[in-house]
Amino acid sequence: MHDQQLLLYEEDHRSVQAVIGQLIRDADALAIFVVDMNGQLVAEAGEIRDIDTTSLASLCAGCVAATAGLARLVGENDFPVHFHQGRRASLHVTRVTPQMILAVVFDDRSSLGLVRLRVRKAVGGLARIFETVRKKAERPRAFGNSPFADITDEDIDNLFSN
Amino acid sequence: MSFINYSAREINCKIVYYGPGLCGKTTNLQWIYKRTNPKLKGKMISLATETERTLFFDFLPLALGTIRGFQTRFHLYTVPGQVFYNASRKLILKGCDGVVFVADSQAERMEANVESLENLRVNLDAQGIDLATTPFIMQYNKRDLPNAAPLDEMRALLNPRDLTEFEACAANGGGVFETLKAVAREVLHDLKQMSR
Repeated sequence: MHDQQLLLYEEDHRSVQAVIGQLIRDADALAIFVVDMNGQLVAEAGEIRDIDTTSLASLCAGCVAATAGLARLVGENDFPVHFHQGRRASLHVTRVTPQMILAVVFDDRSSLGLVRLRVRKAVGGLARIFETVRKKAERPRAFGNSPFADITDEDIDNLFSN
Repeated sequence: MSFINYSAREINCKIVYYGPGLCGKTTNLQWIYKRTNPKLKGKMISLATETERTLFFDFLPLALGTIRGFQTRFHLYTVPGQVFYNASRKLILKGCDGVVFVADSQAERMEANVESLENLRVNLDAQGIDLATTPFIMQYNKRDLPNAAPLDEMRALLNPRDLTEFEACAANGGGVFETLKAVAREVLHDLKQMSR
């Protein structure tokens, strides 16, 4: 049934972390999340201890999908950047690729202008990494075995034995 | 679309509960949430209207355990069942790895069941996904109600291909975990087939 699977290998994960690690310093942000359009959290950086990251990823993807739906209703293909302003913290959301979202949480130590500027620079780097990820997923066997390659029916049944 | 993260050693899969309005999709997730070990579940999110009808989706993340050293997580979603929320249903179906169709057993809801199943087929088809090759479980919910239609009749209307099916009463948990386990198992088998 599937679209292509998302396979994120360690070296690509490190590359993503390097970009968002740099971005958090450059933008004076609180936290940064990379989320895929299906609501899966791909990478994170910053002060995330008090944030339910799984919920954030799911809601962020839902929000981006709904916003894209709104865009189409007014004759646009997408609103690739949107911004949610709060009293203390704000959220800047950017579509990096058709499949990936970059969400930046920041407070009054930073500013929307600075975040927007730094995000624009980081998006190019992330898009290149995810293009590599996409190409690798087209021929996954060249880059390592899928954890599913060797699993048995018994492994699957054992998950449900408790 | 499953997500395998080699760095975090995680496998993430998405399961969508589909069905007509008020068939019990949210009730399935609420029961799972209530009865799952807190260590294995995340927060359940419900984006609902003031009258507790699902507006956008419900979401429940579950960790089932490890397979070959990979933590296996399932993200459960429901769609809003009311007919006019089709745009939202399409969004939520995107990237799903498996579907549970929750049918309402009440005789007067049979037409709504058939319409919703056809709507699922059309929405999947729009994404290039064939329902026939998708991990899929049929759940006949509300079997305890006095106006429940005969099972044979429901089967003939909704499950002529004789796919895996369960009778359920989600309000008191009957059939809920059986359904969840079956769809999770089918998804994992499907991913196994894909990796070959």
